[in-house]
Amino acid sequence: MSVETLASAPTATELSAKTEQPVKTEQPVKEVRRLDRVIIRFAGDSGDGMQLTGDRFTSETASFGNDLSTLPNFPAEIRAPAGTLPGVSSFQLHFADHDILTPGDAPSVLVAMNPAALKANIGDVPRGAEVIVNTDEFTKRAMQKVGYDTNPLDDGSLDGYSVHPVPLTTLTVEALKEFDLSRKDAGRSKNMFALGLLSWMYHRPTDGTETFLKQKFAKKPEIMKANLAAFRAGWNFGETTEDFAVSYEVLPAAKAFPTGTYRNISGNLALSYGLVAAGKQADLPLYLGSYPITPASDILHELSKHKNFGVRTFQAEDEIAGIGAALGAAFGGSLAVTTTSGPGVALKSETIGLAVSLELPLLIVDIQRGGPSTGLPTKTEQADLLQAMYGRNGEAPVPIVAPQTPADCFDAAIEAARIALTYRTPVFLLSDGYLANGSEPWRIPEVDELPDLRTQFAQGPNHTLDDGTEVFWPYKRDPETLARPWAIPGTPGLEHRIGGIEKQDGTGNISYDPANHDFMVRTRQAKIDGIQVPDLEVDDPTGEAKLLVLGWGSTYGPITAAVRRVRAQGGRVAQAHLRHLNPFPRNLGRVLGAYDRVLIPEMNLGQLATLIRARYLTETMSFTQVNGMPFKAEQLATAIQEAEDAR
Amino acid sequence: MPAEALSLIPRSEVPLATKDFKSDQEVRWCPGCGDYAVLAAVQGFMPELGLAKENIVFVSGIGCSSRFPYYMNTYGMHSIHGRAPAIATGLASSRRDLSVWVVTGDGDALSIGGNHLIHALRRNVNLKILLFNNRIYGLTKGQYSPTSEVGKITKSTPMGSLDAPFNPVSLAIGAEASFVARTVDSDRKHLTSVLREAAAHPGTALVEIYQNCNIFNDGAFEVLKDKQQAEEAVIRLEHGQPIRFGVDGAKGVVRDSLTGDLKVVDVTEANQSQILVHDAHSASPTTAFALSRLADPDTLHHTPIGVFRSTDRPVYDTLMSDQLDTAIEQYGKGDLAVLLTGKDSWTVAG
Repeated sequence: MSVETLASAPTATELSAKTEQPVKTEQPVKEVRRLDRVIIRFAGDSGDGMQLTGDRFTSETASFGNDLSTLPNFPAEIRAPAGTLPGVSSFQLHFADHDILTPGDAPSVLVAMNPAALKANIGDVPRGAEVIVNTDEFTKRAMQKVGYDTNPLDDGSLDGYSVHPVPLTTLTVEALKEFDLSRKDAGRSKNMFALGLLSWMYHRPTDGTETFLKQKFAKKPEIMKANLAAFRAGWNFGETTEDFAVSYEVLPAAKAFPTGTYRNISGNLALSYGLVAAGKQADLPLYLGSYPITPASDILHELSKHKNFGVRTFQAEDEIAGIGAALGAAFGGSLAVTTTSGPGVALKSETIGLAVSLELPLLIVDIQRGGPSTGLPTKTEQADLLQAMYGRNGEAPVPIVAPQTPADCFDAAIEAARIALTYRTPVFLLSDGYLANGSEPWRIPEVDELPDLRTQFAQGPNHTLDDGTEVFWPYKRDPETLARPWAIPGTPGLEHRIGGIEKQDGTGNISYDPANHDFMVRTRQAKIDGIQVPDLEVDDPTGEAKLLVLGWGSTYGPITAAVRRVRAQGGRVAQAHLRHLNPFPRNLGRVLGAYDRVLIPEMNLGQLATLIRARYLTETMSFTQVNGMPFKAEQLATAIQEAEDAR
Repeated sequence: MPAEALSLIPRSEVPLATKDFKSDQEVRWCPGCGDYAVLAAVQGFMPELGLAKENIVFVSGIGCSSRFPYYMNTYGMHSIHGRAPAIATGLASSRRDLSVWVVTGDGDALSIGGNHLIHALRRNVNLKILLFNNRIYGLTKGQYSPTSEVGKITKSTPMGSLDAPFNPVSLAIGAEASFVARTVDSDRKHLTSVLREAAAHPGTALVEIYQNCNIFNDGAFEVLKDKQQAEEAVIRLEHGQPIRFGVDGAKGVVRDSLTGDLKVVDVTEANQSQILVHDAHSASPTTAFALSRLADPDTLHHTPIGVFRSTDRPVYDTLMSDQLDTAIEQYGKGDLAVLLTGKDSWTVAG
């Protein structure tokens, strides 16, 4: 049985690839099998370095040219009690010789560094898969801690799995005996041993990891040498031990990638780069006002590294000050951003309302996580859509843009900046924990392909009074976009005052006039409703689908993978994915009307479905999941199949 | 010569007058409100700075005093309750060519916005914060404020307020403020002199302005305004001068050798040499803090006014800007293509 078929039902594309073809190698000692895709999950204690191990394996895989998708999954605690189930940290990587869309449903290989990691993850691993365990950690006490009364390695509970018991710690310590390290310190390098072993198993290039270790520990040569030695020892162990009789090849995904230069990128990194690029393309200084919050803090960290791009990062005293400072910088002519997660958005609401009233450009980046309240800080969810849409006092419309894959966070950030700058409005960018921490290959754009975001500050008077006097009116709008002029301090003659109190149309002076307020409320709404966004594209290859699967945000990968599966089984399904949640694309109503049934999968309780029903009176079918994890393609495929069958 | 704090701000090409700083908006405070006096003093003082008026920004929060920006013919933002220091921080730290002023009140700055105030002070952002303290909530029609005396009878405290008040000067000094002063709305000369020093100060300057709310807390500062009472109640601080007050300077401030605290004594031949000489530039905030504690929170007796503290400390916006320059020196001006490509890229040929 092939590893590949164990993982999940193959997709159409995947079926086209051959599996398990023995290939000739120069070293005939061990058999090499070719696979079209592999899903590996590294799991261990929070302190075992599983995220680093996964990152390194990902980098090796990316540089080899496979398509890939990753899913880091870790507890909110920095160091949860050692050896416990809540302390388990894992990193799943799906890589293939063709284009893939998700980190995969079920691992074909599980690396379990301790009993807790085995127990927490084995349920996701199908029988037949390979399980590599660190036997050194399977002590009676460690097993009891997680409720194993008998040793799962020899009590038969792992029958059907291809178990590789490896004393990883002992082997690592042995490999490092020439170094002047305690057993405990030497044992710390066991993740590098495991990485070396897996790198051998899957023929990964190792130069990148060696370079990485040399740079990371440049100032600690002993540690560097120890890690390098452990990494190489792991590789050599695979090559020499009889337990690993087979190694695997997954060819580069040559056809999946159009010509270009690529790198692997996570959502938060892509989003950070998108912001830097937007500042550059707008020819405006970028200003980030932010307060640390999981899973958004990485954007603050990343942007703080790029001061040589003129990027100012301000770590504020709280969420409110984060957005307050950003709004102040926007008034001064910066491309201003605040980054946060759901609880932070709640605190920023009043300032977002002020930004709506001031009509200044401002990006509000919400990396959604499980809620309500503190919820699940390190897990993913899409449940802030209605908060972004409606979570303010008064009529305070704010455009919403949602990226759909990790790499797409780059383009989505630029698109959000375009809207903010063109229409002089705060804009929500709704990413989530899955996109933020997940990664995939990204075709690096040429800088001259990027959109021109340059905007014009007001330079002089824009209105003539009845008596012929030329004056500046801060709320005299562009007739096309309804945007008001952006007149920044330092511009002579345009001194003006703005505020959160209702303003008179045109002059911007305080006005409590009922008719004026009615007009201003409607005008602010009309401005947002009138934002030009691209039409929704529908993927309906046969043109005969009765069912439309509609998604938004990070569900793109799982939905697309699931749709492929259904189509591979002969199902006729149309798919569309919303990038703009406010305003909706102009053709959305028509698209919805063209199908008998609409299925909306969401990682919430049906928030997009609610908006759709309210706006278009279209009854949709919701498929929802709020378990802190992304959808599994298989599960979604079943739901889509059922929706397609329902007539 | 402009002071260091103002050196990056463009100068006005023509001399400006008070009228240049008056906006066309009708001033809408209650007749008799102390805010009028402060507005007049600020409008009268602004031309003296010689700054281009388009490079001056007033940012306020919510409250009676926060309507102030509408009446200044400069750039201005009337923001939301308590957040003006945060908004102004973003503006000042991104635009060092601006003179940024925050206008706030005791409720705005010390209740809802207390967090932003203390953090602005500790960061030492180049902001001039005018805290109008009338010891009452005016705009919401008369509830007690965080500076109201204990036992204050108001609409929300019919049996008297329970909470002890903040002393804004003590609070600011405790929050690492580099410049702290107090003045009174009706004393235009003193108010102007304090504004002058605040404007010239590099970093955050906090100026507490005792301001009369003639509707909800009339006469709150009468003891400091009435000529006769003021002689005994007000201690005028002047840098380098012995701290004496009262009729003919009959009273003075000395350090209590037992406790180290400050106390008020009758000046005699014997103790004259021990009268504390005010040192606003002292690096240590200890004595400034002790001075701020002399005033009785209920009677306001022994209330020092003037500049408590004015010390040089690195300014946040300068440091932030320096880091940008340093980053360019170290890594060169950012190259987007290089950034996007990173170190681990690969090429797929067609």
